Amino acid sequence: MAKIKKTIKTIKVDADKCNGCRGCEIICSSFHATPKYSSVNPARSRIQIIRHPLKDIWLPVFAGEYAPAECMGRDKYVIDGKEYEECAFCRAVCPSRDLFKEPDSGLPLKCDMCEGEEEGPLCVRWCLNNVLTYEEREEEVEEQAEMAEMEIGLESLINKYGLGKVADTVARMTQKN
Amino acid sequence: MRYAETGYNLEIDLATGNIERVETDPKMTELHLGGLGTSVKLHWDRVPPETKAFDPENLLIFSSGILNGTPAFSANRTVVTFYSPQSDLLAYPMMGGFWSAELKYAGYDKVIFRNKSPKWVYIWINNDKVEIRDAEHLKGRGALETQDLVRKELNQPNAQVAAIGLAGENKCFTASIEQSRSSASRLGGGAVMGDKKIKAVAVRGTKDVNLARGAEFMEHMKGVMEYINFRNTNPIQDVMTILSGIGSPQEMVHTDEKWHTENFMWGNARTRRRGFWDEHISKEWPRVQKEGIKRLISCFNCPQHCGALISYKDTPRYMAKCFGKLTYAMAAYVDNMDFAWRTLQRATEYGMDSFSTPQIIAFGIELYEAGILTDNDFKGAPTDKEGRFVWLLDRVARREGIGDVLADGVYYAARKIGNGAEAFDHNTIKKHEQLPLKLSTLDPLYFLMYSTNEKISITQIEGNWPQAAFPTAEQRERFVKDWPQLPDEKWKQILLEWEPRGEKGIPYFPTPDMCSEIVDWMEMLHNIDDACCVCAGMSSFCLKPPYHIHNYPKIISAATGLDLDEAGLKKIVNRSRNLHRALNNRRGMTRADEKPPADHWKRRFPELEEELLSTYYKFKGWNNNGIPTRERLEELDLGYVAEDLEKRGILKDGKN
Ligand code: SF4
Ligand code: SF4
Ligand code: SF4
Repeated sequence: MAKIKKTIKTIKVDADKCNGCRGCEIICSSFHATPKYSSVNPARSRIQIIRHPLKDIWLPVFAGEYAPAECMGRDKYVIDGKEYEECAFCRAVCPSRDLFKEPDSGLPLKCDMCEGEEEGPLCVRWCLNNVLTYEEREEEVEEQAEMAEMEIGLESLINKYGLGKVADTVARMTQKN
Repeated sequence: MRYAETGYNLEIDLATGNIERVETDPKMTELHLGGLGTSVKLHWDRVPPETKAFDPENLLIFSSGILNGTPAFSANRTVVTFYSPQSDLLAYPMMGGFWSAELKYAGYDKVIFRNKSPKWVYIWINNDKVEIRDAEHLKGRGALETQDLVRKELNQPNAQVAAIGLAGENKCFTASIEQSRSSASRLGGGAVMGDKKIKAVAVRGTKDVNLARGAEFMEHMKGVMEYINFRNTNPIQDVMTILSGIGSPQEMVHTDEKWHTENFMWGNARTRRRGFWDEHISKEWPRVQKEGIKRLISCFNCPQHCGALISYKDTPRYMAKCFGKLTYAMAAYVDNMDFAWRTLQRATEYGMDSFSTPQIIAFGIELYEAGILTDNDFKGAPTDKEGRFVWLLDRVARREGIGDVLADGVYYAARKIGNGAEAFDHNTIKKHEQLPLKLSTLDPLYFLMYSTNEKISITQIEGNWPQAAFPTAEQRERFVKDWPQLPDEKWKQILLEWEPRGEKGIPYFPTPDMCSEIVDWMEMLHNIDDACCVCAGMSSFCLKPPYHIHNYPKIISAATGLDLDEAGLKKIVNRSRNLHRALNNRRGMTRADEKPPADHWKRRFPELEEELLSTYYKFKGWNNNGIPTRERLEELDLGYVAEDLEKRGILKDGKN
């Protein structure tokens, strides 16, 4: 495949500054509500704060790629004298857990950098503790199939069968897995 | 569709195990908004006035407010209401943290407990699934420890858990309900929870909270956000640090405690220690404070840092906030912060109010030193003051020996012990321990606040008006220049004229009429917060806050779809506030109960005090006995309350 120039959008996380307020979850979920800002539900947020207060873990994690299967090997981390499964901080939408799935349908969620919002990612602006910083950089990358393809695929399925049916099927499959 | 609120309460009968999801009447939202307002209404309607705290009929209500779960900054209070074992009145301690928003996302506005469980249980609310689960194995566990044990047992790391410790299990009158970094502490909510044998209430929710006019709501929030940023970078000048910012007292951030340690009383609200914050202490205490703080943390959707994760030496980790960092050391006359961190951990796991409890223990030790309590009462106690204090704390939490008597609080313990002990009860109002403050000249504003508010705890009434007059005219000018929160421009003149002493100083200025208006205004702001369950630290409890009477109606209207202006909002909270008063009147509270401790100020002015009280009552639309008149009640659509009060002979001829 050919090399192409691409703007990489990233959000830098300075987790040490996080006070655990979950404001980012609130703004993300309300921005993505239809109509915009008509409802709030942190469980639908594409950023989640992994919280273990007494272990001093307040870690903002962004919803990443959809993973059809869970990882084979799972490493362990030791932080501040406490042991964690690697999964604890993983951003994949994975069958082994509920994180980053629509609570009703089970459909995967993915951070879209607040597409369409002129002033940039909402969670960045809403976090008043400067934990989140938006950054853009140019990179040369292999041209490859984008995740957006899956969305296109899903959309066609939804057009054919209706949202409810697709959602139900995905939810059922998720449970079976 | 219901907006901002879920429109459902959870009703749990602990005796039968019956659980119901009950749709609420939208009319109640129009009349009382939510939070404390709608809870007061439930207590009025459903609990007979003869009911005592530990009767099965006493309702224990955990309530969210109208703005919890919305993007409104700092809307995270859970208000817990019940008839208090200590004051015998309707108490409403509040906790921050994360619980109330989670309850909304689970689909409920309130959880209403009635009757008692035959055995220890905890409640698990997971969206539509609600269970009463066995908690016998959690008995004796710490209040903080229990929260993690429940999360682990349920395999629900995101569940929010409110729990009691040993003090609540043993129905100590100062038992708190602990949750995350917060607690509902005052007036014995933990005791009522323990009496009902509820060890914990866990909640997890993944449903939507809807906003009526979301885009408009967010526009208002943008304004609030800008103001928060402005205030966080522009502290108010000419006031002490602790009052200069927004948020609850930033006690975990600030290390300079000269003011608290030298102006608040040590021991049983007894000794003022001028010069305490000396060369050595002013280095040592901040050092130990910082050593203990692992991270600064907030409540749900709040940018401030009022709380902290404490990881101090070999002490198990816990979370702390506010003045609790000082109260135990000061009550024990212990000059080191090491003792403070360690004792607070112990008390937090016991689940105890860190304002009342230290005073109760200091009171016990005073009685011992005065020979009223004896060696027999203190058998087995260490002789050093640190050891003895902690020993007594343990006895109180466990209700062992003399601890059993002290666990009912200073007022009741003094009367039970007798033999002159009553004279040592010098810091309670309506049977409840107050801040350890003793001052010189009567302050008319504070006199009214101490005497009349239903909260019975000064820290939750004051706020928007400066605590004292500014010394210079220049400072006064500077303060009033930028004060958009004021309801009326004419008040600026009061502040400009107000001087630290002399004719235009306390106790005669502000005049009783001015004081009435100012105190009523401050109280009303607290009542709006309490209905919305917004943190008073971002609103009624601080100078120049982000939320105030001019933006609140717009924010609430956009969230709920109700069309409220300032007058409409005021009327709602006044309605709930007068219902609360009537409810307490119905339980026997009158003018005779409305007085600060005799030694609160050195210089008292009995005639002026009577005038203040009478003027304020009149302003409120209450009769001379502190009871809302029929006229006032009817104005607030509370005719049925007037009828009830008249029937009981509490309100006579519609007046006295
Ligand atoms: S908004 Fe910022 S401080 Fe709050 S939880 Fe998110 S990342 Fe942490
Ligand atoms: S960038 Fe936007 S979509 Fe991504 S987590 Fe933040 S608010 Fe959500
Ligand atoms: S100001 Fe402090 S106490 Fe209030 S909500 Fe924010 S963090 Fe909590």
